[in-house]
Amino acid sequence: MAKKYSAGVKEYRETYWMPEYTPKDTDFLACFKVTPQPGVPREEVAAAVAAESSTGTWTTVWTDLLTDLDYYKGRAYAIEDVPGSDEEFYAFIAYPIDLFEEGSVVNILTSLVGNVFGFKALRALRLEDVRVPIAYVMTCGGPPHGIQVERDKMNKYGRPMLGCTIKPKLGLSAKNYGRAVYEVLRGGLDFAKDDENVNSQPFMRWRDRFLFVMEGIKKAEAETGERKGSYLNVTAPTPEEMFKRAEFAKEIGAPIIMHDYLTAGFTANTGLAEWCRDNGMLLHIHRAMHAVIDRNPHHGIHFRVLAKMLRLSGGDHLHSGTVVGKLEGDREATLGWIDIMRDSYIEEDRNRGIFFDQDFGAMPGVFPVASGGIHVWHMPALVSIFGDDSVLQFGGGTLGHPWGNAAGAAANRVALEACVEARNQGRVLEKEGKEILQAAAKHSPELKVAMETWKEIKFEFDTVDKIDKAHK
Amino acid sequence: MSEMQDYKSSLSDPRSRKFETFSYLPEMTDDQVRKQVQYIVDQGWNPAIEHTEPENAMSDYWYMWKLPMFGEDDVDAILKEAEACHKAHPDNHVRLIGYDNYAQSQGTSMVIYRGKMD
Repeated sequence: MAKKYSAGVKEYRETYWMPEYTPKDTDFLACFKVTPQPGVPREEVAAAVAAESSTGTWTTVWTDLLTDLDYYKGRAYAIEDVPGSDEEFYAFIAYPIDLFEEGSVVNILTSLVGNVFGFKALRALRLEDVRVPIAYVMTCGGPPHGIQVERDKMNKYGRPMLGCTIKPKLGLSAKNYGRAVYEVLRGGLDFAKDDENVNSQPFMRWRDRFLFVMEGIKKAEAETGERKGSYLNVTAPTPEEMFKRAEFAKEIGAPIIMHDYLTAGFTANTGLAEWCRDNGMLLHIHRAMHAVIDRNPHHGIHFRVLAKMLRLSGGDHLHSGTVVGKLEGDREATLGWIDIMRDSYIEEDRNRGIFFDQDFGAMPGVFPVASGGIHVWHMPALVSIFGDDSVLQFGGGTLGHPWGNAAGAAANRVALEACVEARNQGRVLEKEGKEILQAAAKHSPELKVAMETWKEIKFEFDTVDKIDKAHK
Repeated sequence: MSEMQDYKSSLSDPRSRKFETFSYLPEMTDDQVRKQVQYIVDQGWNPAIEHTEPENAMSDYWYMWKLPMFGEDDVDAILKEAEACHKAHPDNHVRLIGYDNYAQSQGTSMVIYRGKMD
Protein backbone atom coordinates (compact mmCIF):
# COMPACT_ATOMS: atom_id res chain seq x y z
CA MET A 1 0.00 0.00 0.00
CA ALA A 2 1.65 3.26 -1.12
CA LYS A 3 1.84 6.21 1.25
CA LYS A 4 -0.24 9.35 0.86
CA TYR A 5 1.37 12.78 0.70
CA SER A 6 0.67 14.99 3.66
CA ALA A 7 2.50 18.34 3.76
CA GLY A 8 3.78 19.92 6.96
CA VAL A 9 6.35 19.44 9.69
CA LYS A 10 6.56 16.01 11.31
CA GLU A 11 8.49 15.13 14.39
CA TYR A 12 11.82 13.66 13.36
CA ARG A 13 11.47 10.73 15.73
CA GLU A 14 8.47 9.37 13.85
CA THR A 15 10.75 8.61 10.93
CA TYR A 16 14.36 8.54 12.14
CA TRP A 17 14.29 7.10 15.68
CA MET A 18 14.49 3.31 15.34
CA PRO A 19 15.62 1.69 18.60
CA GLU A 20 14.59 -1.69 17.22
CA TYR A 21 16.98 -1.42 14.27
CA THR A 22 19.94 -3.83 14.14
CA PRO A 23 22.79 -2.25 12.15
CA LYS A 24 23.97 -4.22 9.14
CA ASP A 25 27.59 -5.16 8.50
CA THR A 26 27.52 -2.88 5.48
CA ASP A 27 26.18 0.17 7.35
CA PHE A 28 28.23 3.20 8.24
CA LEU A 29 27.90 3.78 11.98
CA ALA A 30 28.48 7.06 13.77
CA CYS A 31 28.58 8.04 17.40
CA PHE A 32 27.79 11.68 18.09
CA LYS A 33 28.11 13.39 21.44
CA VAL A 34 25.07 15.66 21.57
CA THR A 35 24.35 18.70 23.72
CA PRO A 36 20.66 19.42 23.07
CA GLN A 37 18.84 22.68 23.62
CA PRO A 38 17.06 22.52 26.98
CA GLY A 39 13.64 20.86 26.91
CA VAL A 40 14.06 18.90 23.66
CA PRO A 41 13.66 15.13 24.22
CA ARG A 42 16.79 13.04 23.51
CA GLU A 43 15.07 10.76 21.01
CA GLU A 44 13.88 13.76 19.01
CA VAL A 45 17.36 15.30 18.94
CA ALA A 46 19.02 12.01 18.00
CA ALA A 47 16.49 11.52 15.23
CA ALA A 48 17.05 15.07 14.05
CA VAL A 49 20.80 14.43 13.81
CA ALA A 50 20.14 11.25 11.84
CA ALA A 51 17.79 13.13 9.51
CA GLU A 52 19.99 16.18 8.96
CA SER A 53 23.07 14.04 8.26
CA SER A 54 21.21 11.90 5.75
CA THR A 55 17.98 12.33 3.80
CA GLY A 56 15.98 14.77 5.85
CA THR A 57 14.93 18.31 5.47
CA TRP A 58 12.83 20.33 7.93
CA THR A 59 9.50 19.69 6.26
CA THR A 60 7.95 16.89 4.27
CA VAL A 61 8.21 17.34 0.48
CA TRP A 62 6.24 15.51 -2.17
CA THR A 63 9.38 14.20 -3.86
CA ASP A 64 10.06 12.16 -0.71
CA LEU A 65 7.43 9.82 -2.06
CA LEU A 66 9.26 9.24 -5.35
CA THR A 67 11.92 7.20 -3.57
CA ASP A 68 12.25 4.61 -0.87
CA LEU A 69 13.09 7.03 1.88
CA ASP A 70 12.85 4.33 4.49
CA TYR A 71 15.81 2.65 2.86
CA TYR A 72 18.01 5.73 2.35
CA LYS A 73 17.42 7.40 5.71
CA GLY A 74 19.90 7.48 8.57
CA ARG A 75 18.62 5.61 11.59
CA ALA A 76 19.17 6.73 15.17
CA TYR A 77 19.27 3.32 16.84
CA ALA A 78 20.63 3.96 20.33
CA ILE A 79 21.13 6.61 22.97
CA GLU A 80 23.55 6.43 25.90
CA ASP A 81 24.48 8.65 28.81
CA VAL A 82 27.85 10.36 28.59
CA PRO A 83 29.81 9.40 31.70
CA GLY A 84 30.48 12.47 33.79
CA SER A 85 27.94 14.71 32.06
CA ASP A 86 24.29 15.36 32.84
CA GLU A 87 23.62 17.46 29.77
CA GLU A 88 25.13 15.44 26.96
CA PHE A 89 24.32 12.05 25.53
CA TYR A 90 25.70 9.79 22.83
CA ALA A 91 23.53 9.20 19.77
CA PHE A 92 24.32 6.18 17.60
CA ILE A 93 23.28 6.42 13.99
CA ALA A 94 23.45 3.92 11.14
CA TYR A 95 23.60 4.92 7.46
CA PRO A 96 23.18 2.62 4.46
CA ILE A 97 26.42 2.26 2.50
CA ASP A 98 25.09 3.68 -0.77
CA LEU A 99 24.61 7.13 0.74
CA PHE A 100 28.34 7.56 0.09
CA GLU A 101 30.23 7.65 -3.20
CA GLU A 102 32.85 4.91 -3.38
CA GLY A 103 36.36 5.95 -2.36
CA SER A 104 35.29 9.44 -1.27
CA VAL A 105 36.25 10.63 2.17
CA VAL A 106 34.95 13.98 0.99
CA ASN A 107 31.46 12.58 0.56
CA ILE A 108 31.54 10.87 3.97
CA LEU A 109 32.42 14.09 5.74
CA THR A 110 30.08 16.28 3.74
CA SER A 111 27.22 14.10 4.97
CA LEU A 112 28.22 13.23 8.51
CA VAL A 113 29.61 16.59 9.57
CA GLY A 114 27.77 18.86 7.16
CA ASN A 115 24.77 21.09 7.90
CA VAL A 116 23.86 19.09 10.97
CA PHE A 117 26.58 20.85 12.97
CA GLY A 118 24.77 24.16 12.71
CA PHE A 119 21.39 22.71 13.53
CA LYS A 120 19.34 24.89 15.89
CA ALA A 121 18.01 22.12 18.14
CA LEU A 122 21.60 21.50 19.21
CA ARG A 123 23.82 23.57 21.42
CA ALA A 124 26.83 21.50 20.45
CA LEU A 125 27.64 18.35 18.54
CA ARG A 126 30.74 16.22 18.32
CA LEU A 127 31.46 13.29 16.05
CA GLU A 128 33.22 10.91 18.42
CA ASP A 129 33.78 7.90 16.18
CA VAL A 130 32.67 6.26 12.95
CA ARG A 131 32.65 2.66 11.78
CA VAL A 132 33.43 2.43 8.09
CA PRO A 133 32.26 -0.92 6.74
CA ILE A 134 35.01 -3.07 5.21
CA ALA A 135 33.04 -3.12 1.96
CA TYR A 136 33.60 0.64 1.72
CA VAL A 137 37.19 0.53 3.00
CA MET A 138 37.95 -1.65 -0.03
CA THR A 139 36.91 1.19 -2.35
CA CYS A 140 39.48 3.60 -0.87
CA GLY A 141 43.11 3.86 -2.01
CA GLY A 142 44.53 4.25 1.47
CA PRO A 143 48.21 4.81 2.26
CA PRO A 144 50.34 4.95 -0.92
CA HIS A 145 52.80 2.44 0.56
CA GLY A 146 52.20 1.80 4.23
CA ILE A 147 54.44 0.81 7.09
CA GLN A 148 55.91 -2.41 5.73
CA VAL A 149 56.78 -1.07 2.27
CA GLU A 150 58.30 2.09 3.72
CA ARG A 151 60.53 -0.01 5.98
CA ASP A 152 61.71 -1.99 2.96
CA LYS A 153 62.29 1.13 0.86
CA MET A 154 64.13 2.96 3.63
CA ASN A 155 65.90 -0.13 5.03
CA LYS A 156 64.84 0.65 8.64
CA TYR A 157 64.01 -2.35 10.80
CA GLY A 158 63.48 -3.15 14.44
CA ARG A 159 63.26 0.39 15.70
CA PRO A 160 61.24 3.60 15.40
CA MET A 161 62.51 6.01 12.75
CA LEU A 162 63.92 9.39 13.72
CA GLY A 163 63.07 12.76 12.25
CA CYS A 164 63.57 16.46 12.84
CA THR A 165 61.63 19.52 11.79
CA ILE A 166 63.99 22.22 10.56
CA LYS A 167 63.84 25.49 12.52
CA PRO A 168 63.40 28.41 12.53
CA LYS A 169 60.02 27.73 10.96
CA LEU A 170 60.36 30.63 8.57
CA GLY A 171 63.00 32.88 7.09
CA LEU A 172 65.95 30.64 6.19
CA SER A 173 67.37 30.84 2.70
CA ALA A 174 67.27 27.62 0.67
CA LYS A 175 70.99 27.02 0.93
CA ASN A 176 71.18 27.57 4.68
CA TYR A 177 68.11 25.40 5.05
CA GLY A 178 69.76 22.60 3.09
CA ARG A 179 72.75 22.87 5.41
CA ALA A 180 70.52 22.29 8.45
CA VAL A 181 69.00 19.23 6.73
CA TYR A 182 72.39 17.79 5.78
CA GLU A 183 73.68 18.20 9.33
CA VAL A 184 70.82 16.31 11.02
CA LEU A 185 71.02 13.51 8.47
CA ARG A 186 74.78 13.01 8.71
CA GLY A 187 74.42 12.94 12.51
CA GLY A 188 72.16 9.88 12.35
CA LEU A 189 68.54 10.87 11.78
CA ASP A 190 66.53 9.11 9.09
CA PHE A 191 64.44 12.10 8.07
CA ALA A 192 64.36 15.86 8.15
CA LYS A 193 61.06 17.66 7.69
CA ASP A 194 59.82 20.91 6.23
CA ASP A 195 57.79 22.86 8.73
CA GLU A 196 54.14 22.98 7.76
CA ASN A 197 54.10 26.67 6.97
CA VAL A 198 57.12 26.37 4.73
CA ASN A 199 55.53 26.32 1.28
CA SER A 200 57.10 28.65 -1.28
CA GLN A 201 57.57 32.06 0.24
CA PRO A 202 59.67 34.93 -1.14
CA PHE A 203 62.56 34.14 1.24
CA MET A 204 62.77 30.52 0.01
CA ARG A 205 61.04 29.30 -3.14
CA TRP A 206 60.15 25.64 -3.21
CA ARG A 207 62.34 24.70 -6.17
CA ASP A 208 65.50 26.08 -4.60
CA ARG A 209 64.70 24.36 -1.32
CA PHE A 210 64.09 20.99 -2.99
CA LEU A 211 67.41 21.13 -4.84
CA PHE A 212 69.55 22.11 -1.87
CA VAL A 213 67.82 19.61 0.42
CA MET A 214 68.35 16.85 -2.12
CA GLU A 215 72.07 17.61 -2.25
CA GLY A 216 72.14 17.29 1.54
CA ILE A 217 70.31 13.95 1.43
CA LYS A 218 72.66 12.50 -1.18
CA LYS A 219 75.79 13.56 0.62
CA ALA A 220 74.55 12.31 4.00
CA GLU A 221 73.69 8.95 2.42
CA ALA A 222 77.15 8.63 0.91
CA GLU A 223 78.76 9.66 4.17
CA THR A 224 76.79 7.43 6.55
CA GLY A 225 75.95 4.54 4.23
CA GLU A 226 72.31 4.75 5.35
CA ARG A 227 69.09 5.67 3.55
CA LYS A 228 67.87 9.19 4.24
CA GLY A 229 64.94 11.40 3.37
CA SER A 230 63.50 14.84 3.94
CA TYR A 231 59.77 15.55 3.72
CA LEU A 232 59.51 18.08 0.90
CA ASN A 233 56.32 20.01 1.53
CA VAL A 234 54.28 20.17 -1.67
CA THR A 235 51.26 21.81 -0.04
CA ALA A 236 50.34 24.55 -2.48
CA PRO A 237 47.63 27.08 -3.35
CA THR A 238 46.16 24.90 -6.11
CA PRO A 239 46.16 21.16 -6.89
CA GLU A 240 47.94 21.88 -10.18
CA GLU A 241 50.78 23.61 -8.37
CA MET A 242 50.90 20.81 -5.79
CA PHE A 243 51.35 18.18 -8.49
CA LYS A 244 53.97 20.30 -10.24
CA ARG A 245 56.05 20.35 -7.05
CA ALA A 246 55.50 16.64 -6.48
CA GLU A 247 56.66 15.85 -10.02
CA PHE A 248 59.82 17.87 -9.50
CA ALA A 249 60.56 16.12 -6.19
CA LYS A 250 60.30 12.82 -8.02
CA GLU A 251 62.48 14.04 -10.87
CA ILE A 252 65.35 14.88 -8.53
CA GLY A 253 65.10 11.53 -6.74
CA ALA A 254 63.48 12.52 -3.44
CA PRO A 255 62.06 9.51 -1.57
CA ILE A 256 59.31 11.34 0.32
CA ILE A 257 57.08 14.39 0.07
CA MET A 258 54.73 16.01 2.52
CA HIS A 259 51.20 17.41 2.58
CA ASP A 260 48.91 19.20 5.01
CA TYR A 261 45.67 17.28 4.63
CA LEU A 262 43.24 19.47 6.54
CA THR A 263 44.20 22.93 5.31
CA ALA A 264 44.66 21.66 1.75
CA GLY A 265 41.59 19.45 1.89
CA PHE A 266 40.68 15.84 1.28
CA THR A 267 40.22 16.14 -2.48
CA ALA A 268 43.80 17.34 -2.87
CA ASN A 269 45.06 14.77 -0.39
CA THR A 270 43.36 11.79 -1.96
CA GLY A 271 44.61 12.82 -5.40
CA LEU A 272 48.14 13.25 -4.11
CA ALA A 273 48.07 9.89 -2.33
CA GLU A 274 47.09 8.18 -5.58
CA TRP A 275 49.87 10.02 -7.39
CA CYS A 276 52.33 8.90 -4.72
CA ARG A 277 51.46 5.25 -5.17
CA ASP A 278 51.74 5.58 -8.95
CA ASN A 279 55.10 7.29 -8.62
CA GLY A 280 56.76 5.37 -5.79
CA MET A 281 56.84 8.38 -3.48
CA LEU A 282 56.32 8.13 0.28
CA LEU A 283 53.82 10.63 1.71
CA HIS A 284 54.16 12.36 5.06
CA ILE A 285 50.99 14.00 6.36
CA HIS A 286 50.86 16.97 8.66
CA ARG A 287 47.64 17.97 10.41
CA ALA A 288 47.63 21.77 10.77
CA MET A 289 44.15 23.00 11.81
CA HIS A 290 43.26 19.73 13.55
CA ALA A 291 43.06 21.29 17.00
CA VAL A 292 40.48 23.79 15.74
CA ILE A 293 38.31 20.82 14.81
CA ASP A 294 39.13 18.24 17.47
CA ARG A 295 40.13 19.95 20.71
CA ASN A 296 36.76 21.06 22.06
CA PRO A 297 35.32 18.07 23.92
CA HIS A 298 31.74 19.17 23.17
CA HIS A 299 31.82 20.26 19.56
CA GLY A 300 33.63 19.26 16.40
CA ILE A 301 35.21 16.02 15.23
CA HIS A 302 37.37 13.81 17.37
CA PHE A 303 40.90 13.24 16.08
CA ARG A 304 40.33 9.48 15.91
CA VAL A 305 37.84 10.20 13.12
CA LEU A 306 40.25 12.54 11.35
CA ALA A 307 42.91 9.83 11.62
CA LYS A 308 40.58 7.22 10.18
CA MET A 309 39.67 9.53 7.31
CA LEU A 310 43.33 10.13 6.55
CA ARG A 311 44.07 6.42 6.46
CA LEU A 312 41.28 6.02 3.91
CA SER A 313 42.31 9.10 1.91
CA GLY A 314 45.97 8.11 1.96
CA GLY A 315 49.21 8.96 3.74
CA ASP A 316 52.21 6.97 4.95
CA HIS A 317 52.88 9.09 8.05
CA LEU A 318 50.47 11.09 10.21
CA HIS A 319 51.17 13.28 13.21
CA SER A 320 49.54 11.69 16.23
CA GLY A 321 50.61 13.72 19.25
CA THR A 322 53.32 12.63 21.65
CA VAL A 323 51.56 12.13 25.00
CA VAL A 324 54.75 13.43 26.63
CA GLY A 325 55.62 16.62 24.73
CA LYS A 326 54.35 20.18 24.47
CA LEU A 327 51.10 19.41 22.61
CA GLU A 328 47.76 18.00 23.72
CA GLY A 329 47.24 14.25 24.13
CA ASP A 330 45.61 12.00 26.68
CA ARG A 331 47.57 8.75 26.83
CA GLU A 332 44.77 6.20 26.52
CA ALA A 333 43.01 8.12 23.79
CA THR A 334 46.28 8.56 21.89
CA LEU A 335 46.98 4.82 22.09
CA GLY A 336 43.50 4.31 20.64
CA TRP A 337 44.02 6.42 17.54
CA ILE A 338 47.54 5.06 17.06
CA ASP A 339 45.92 1.63 16.73
CA ILE A 340 43.45 3.12 14.25
CA MET A 341 46.39 4.29 12.15
CA ARG A 342 48.37 1.06 12.25
CA ASP A 343 46.28 -2.03 12.90
CA SER A 344 44.24 -4.21 10.58
CA TYR A 345 41.40 -4.70 13.07
CA ILE A 346 40.63 -2.43 16.02
CA GLU A 347 38.15 -3.54 18.64
CA GLU A 348 35.68 -1.34 20.47
CA ASP A 349 37.31 -0.09 23.67
CA ARG A 350 35.54 2.68 25.54
CA ASN A 351 38.57 3.21 27.79
CA ARG A 352 40.39 4.41 24.68
CA GLY A 353 37.39 6.26 23.28
CA ILE A 354 36.83 3.67 20.56
CA PHE A 355 33.10 3.13 20.07
CA PHE A 356 33.09 0.59 17.25
CA ASP A 357 35.03 -2.38 15.96
CA GLN A 358 36.83 -1.25 12.81
CA ASP A 359 38.07 -3.62 10.13
CA PHE A 360 40.64 -2.21 7.71
CA GLY A 361 41.26 -5.57 6.06
CA ALA A 362 44.44 -5.49 3.99
CA MET A 363 44.66 -1.69 3.87
CA PRO A 364 48.25 -0.74 4.81
CA GLY A 365 48.95 1.04 8.10
CA VAL A 366 50.14 4.60 8.65
CA PHE A 367 53.20 5.46 10.74
CA PRO A 368 52.18 7.64 13.70
CA VAL A 369 54.54 10.60 14.04
CA ALA A 370 55.33 11.90 17.52
CA SER A 371 56.55 15.45 17.19
CA GLY A 372 56.64 18.58 19.32
CA GLY A 373 58.56 19.51 22.45
CA ILE A 374 60.35 16.20 22.89
CA HIS A 375 64.04 15.53 23.63
CA VAL A 376 66.36 12.70 24.65
CA TRP A 377 64.92 12.41 28.14
CA HIS A 378 61.54 11.53 26.63
CA MET A 379 63.04 8.71 24.55
CA PRO A 380 62.38 5.80 26.96
CA ALA A 381 58.71 6.77 27.33
CA LEU A 382 58.31 7.35 23.58
CA VAL A 383 59.77 3.97 22.63
CA SER A 384 57.58 2.34 25.24
CA ILE A 385 54.37 4.12 24.17
CA PHE A 386 54.81 4.08 20.38
CA GLY A 387 56.80 0.88 19.79
CA ASP A 388 58.82 0.30 16.63
CA ASP A 389 56.23 1.37 14.05
CA SER A 390 56.50 5.10 14.59
CA VAL A 391 58.50 8.18 13.66
CA LEU A 392 59.87 10.16 16.57
CA GLN A 393 60.63 13.74 15.64
CA PHE A 394 62.91 15.98 17.60
CA GLY A 395 63.04 19.54 16.26
CA GLY A 396 64.38 21.72 19.04
CA GLY A 397 65.62 18.52 20.64
CA THR A 398 68.07 18.08 17.75
CA LEU A 399 68.81 21.60 16.53
CA GLY A 400 69.11 23.02 20.03
CA HIS A 401 72.09 20.84 20.93
CA PRO A 402 74.97 23.04 22.11
CA TRP A 403 77.30 21.44 19.54
CA GLY A 404 74.93 21.73 16.62
CA ASN A 405 72.61 19.62 14.53
CA ALA A 406 74.85 16.64 13.79
CA ALA A 407 75.71 16.18 17.46
CA GLY A 408 72.05 16.62 18.39
CA ALA A 409 71.06 14.00 15.85
CA ALA A 410 73.71 11.56 17.07
CA ALA A 411 72.53 12.05 20.66
CA ASN A 412 68.99 11.13 19.68
CA ARG A 413 70.10 8.15 17.62
CA VAL A 414 72.25 6.78 20.44
CA ALA A 415 69.45 7.30 22.97
CA LEU A 416 66.96 5.56 20.66
CA GLU A 417 69.16 2.56 19.99
CA ALA A 418 70.03 2.20 23.68
CA CYS A 419 66.33 2.18 24.55
CA VAL A 420 65.47 -0.35 21.83
CA GLU A 421 68.33 -2.63 22.85
CA ALA A 422 67.23 -2.47 26.50
CA ARG A 423 63.59 -3.09 25.62
CA ASN A 424 64.57 -6.16 23.60
CA GLN A 425 66.42 -7.40 26.67
CA GLY A 426 63.17 -7.25 28.59
CA ARG A 427 64.01 -4.13 30.61
CA VAL A 428 61.16 -1.76 31.51
CA LEU A 429 61.95 1.53 29.80
CA GLU A 430 59.69 3.85 31.75
CA LYS A 431 61.21 2.62 35.01
CA GLU A 432 64.85 2.19 34.03
CA GLY A 433 65.05 4.93 31.40
CA LYS A 434 67.44 7.09 33.35
CA GLU A 435 70.01 4.35 33.94
CA ILE A 436 69.74 3.20 30.32
CA LEU A 437 70.43 6.70 29.00
CA GLN A 438 73.21 7.34 31.48
CA ALA A 439 74.95 4.11 30.50
CA ALA A 440 74.64 4.97 26.81
CA ALA A 441 76.02 8.47 27.41
CA LYS A 442 79.29 6.95 28.65
CA HIS A 443 80.08 6.09 25.02
CA SER A 444 78.52 9.20 23.52
CA PRO A 445 79.68 12.67 24.51
CA GLU A 446 76.91 14.05 22.27
CA LEU A 447 74.24 12.29 24.34
CA LYS A 448 75.88 13.30 27.60
CA VAL A 449 75.72 16.98 26.64
CA ALA A 450 72.14 16.64 25.41
CA MET A 451 71.15 15.16 28.75
CA GLU A 452 72.80 18.04 30.58
CA THR A 453 71.06 20.58 28.32
CA TRP A 454 67.48 19.38 28.64
CA LYS A 455 67.35 17.71 32.01
CA GLU A 456 64.96 20.17 33.61
CA ILE A 457 62.40 20.65 30.84
CA LYS A 458 58.96 19.28 31.67
CA PHE A 459 55.48 19.75 30.26
CA GLU A 460 52.87 19.05 32.86
CA PHE A 461 49.73 20.89 31.78
CA ASP A 462 46.60 18.80 32.08
CA THR A 463 44.87 17.85 28.84
CA VAL A 464 41.71 19.72 27.87
CA ASP A 465 40.10 16.86 25.97
CA LYS A 466 39.91 13.71 28.06
CA ILE A 467 38.09 10.43 27.71
CA ASP A 468 34.60 10.85 29.20
CA LYS A 469 34.61 9.32 32.68
CA ALA A 470 32.04 9.29 35.45
CA HIS A 471 32.47 12.13 37.97
CA LYS A 472 30.11 10.80 40.61
CA MET B 1 79.04 21.81 30.22
CA SER B 2 81.76 20.09 28.23
CA GLU B 3 83.75 21.99 25.63
CA MET B 4 82.35 21.95 22.12
CA GLN B 5 83.48 19.02 19.99
CA ASP B 6 83.72 18.63 16.25
CA TYR B 7 81.44 15.96 14.76
CA LYS B 8 83.82 13.54 13.09
CA SER B 9 82.36 12.16 9.90
CA SER B 10 83.48 12.42 6.28
CA LEU B 11 83.21 10.87 2.86
CA SER B 12 86.90 10.01 2.87
CA ASP B 13 86.83 8.10 6.15
CA PRO B 14 85.21 4.66 5.75
CA ARG B 15 84.74 4.48 9.51
CA SER B 16 82.03 7.13 9.13
CA ARG B 17 79.80 4.53 7.49
CA LYS B 18 76.97 3.21 9.64
CA PHE B 19 74.80 0.17 9.09
CA GLU B 20 71.36 0.94 10.49
CA THR B 21 69.95 -0.41 13.77
CA PHE B 22 72.43 -0.42 16.69
CA SER B 23 75.29 0.93 14.58
CA TYR B 24 75.47 4.05 16.78
CA LEU B 25 76.18 1.91 19.85
CA PRO B 26 79.50 0.21 20.63
CA GLU B 27 79.86 -3.26 19.11
CA MET B 28 77.76 -5.69 21.17
CA THR B 29 79.41 -8.24 23.46
CA ASP B 30 78.60 -11.94 23.06
CA ASP B 31 76.16 -11.68 25.94
CA GLN B 32 74.38 -8.71 24.38
CA VAL B 33 74.10 -10.50 21.03
CA ARG B 34 72.66 -13.56 22.77
CA LYS B 35 69.91 -11.42 24.31
CA GLN B 36 68.95 -10.00 20.92
CA VAL B 37 68.80 -13.50 19.45
CA GLN B 38 66.58 -14.50 22.35
CA TYR B 39 64.34 -11.49 21.58
CA ILE B 40 63.94 -12.60 17.95
CA VAL B 41 63.06 -16.12 19.08
CA ASP B 42 60.60 -14.78 21.67
CA GLN B 43 58.82 -12.72 18.99
CA GLY B 44 58.25 -15.89 16.98
CA TRP B 45 60.33 -14.51 14.10
CA ASN B 46 62.49 -16.59 11.77
CA PRO B 47 66.19 -15.89 12.28
CA ALA B 48 68.47 -15.41 9.28
CA ILE B 49 72.12 -14.55 8.72
CA GLU B 50 73.49 -12.40 5.88
CA HIS B 51 76.87 -10.87 5.13
CA THR B 52 78.49 -8.36 2.79
CA GLU B 53 81.67 -6.50 2.05
CA PRO B 54 81.42 -3.23 4.02
CA GLU B 55 81.76 -1.16 0.83
CA ASN B 56 78.60 -2.80 -0.56
CA ALA B 57 76.54 -2.46 2.60
CA MET B 58 74.01 -0.06 1.05
CA SER B 59 72.73 -2.76 -1.26
CA ASP B 60 69.37 -4.27 -0.26
CA TYR B 61 70.56 -7.77 -0.98
CA TRP B 62 73.44 -8.96 1.12
CA TYR B 63 74.70 -12.53 0.63
CA MET B 64 72.45 -15.01 2.41
CA TRP B 65 74.25 -17.43 4.67
CA LYS B 66 72.41 -20.62 3.75
CA LEU B 67 68.64 -20.14 4.18
CA PRO B 68 66.69 -18.40 6.94
CA MET B 69 66.41 -20.73 9.94
CA PHE B 70 62.65 -21.24 9.81
CA GLY B 71 61.20 -22.26 13.14
CA GLU B 72 64.63 -22.37 14.83
CA ASP B 73 64.28 -21.46 18.51
CA ASP B 74 67.60 -22.73 19.84
CA VAL B 75 69.63 -19.61 20.58
CA ASP B 76 72.91 -21.54 20.55
CA ALA B 77 72.20 -23.03 17.14
CA ILE B 78 71.51 -19.55 15.75
CA LEU B 79 74.66 -18.11 17.30
CA LYS B 80 76.66 -21.00 15.88
CA GLU B 81 75.53 -20.19 12.34
CA ALA B 82 76.38 -16.52 12.79
CA GLU B 83 79.83 -17.46 14.02
CA ALA B 84 80.35 -19.86 11.14
CA CYS B 85 79.42 -17.11 8.68
CA HIS B 86 81.84 -14.72 10.39
CA LYS B 87 84.66 -17.27 10.27
CA ALA B 88 84.09 -17.86 6.57
CA HIS B 89 83.98 -14.11 5.85
CA PRO B 90 86.03 -12.42 8.58
CA ASP B 91 86.28 -9.05 6.80
CA ASN B 92 82.56 -8.76 6.11
CA HIS B 93 79.65 -7.32 8.04
CA VAL B 94 77.45 -10.12 9.35
CA ARG B 95 73.87 -9.23 10.16
CA LEU B 96 71.18 -11.01 12.09
CA ILE B 97 67.65 -10.68 10.79
CA GLY B 98 64.33 -11.69 12.31
CA TYR B 99 61.83 -12.32 9.51
CA ASP B 100 58.24 -11.64 10.57
CA ASN B 101 56.21 -13.66 8.09
CA TYR B 102 52.92 -12.19 9.31
CA ALA B 103 54.01 -8.60 8.70
CA GLN B 104 55.77 -9.86 5.54
CA SER B 105 58.75 -7.79 6.58
CA GLN B 106 61.86 -7.96 8.69
CA GLY B 107 60.93 -7.54 12.35
CA THR B 108 64.47 -6.49 13.02
CA SER B 109 67.92 -6.47 11.47
CA MET B 110 71.27 -5.73 13.12
CA VAL B 111 74.95 -6.14 12.33
CA ILE B 112 76.48 -8.44 14.95
CA TYR B 113 79.96 -8.81 13.46
CA ARG B 114 81.41 -5.61 12.07
CA GLY B 115 83.61 -5.98 9.00
CA LYS B 116 86.87 -4.20 8.24
CA MET B 117 86.06 -0.49 8.11
CA ASP B 118 89.34 1.00 6.79
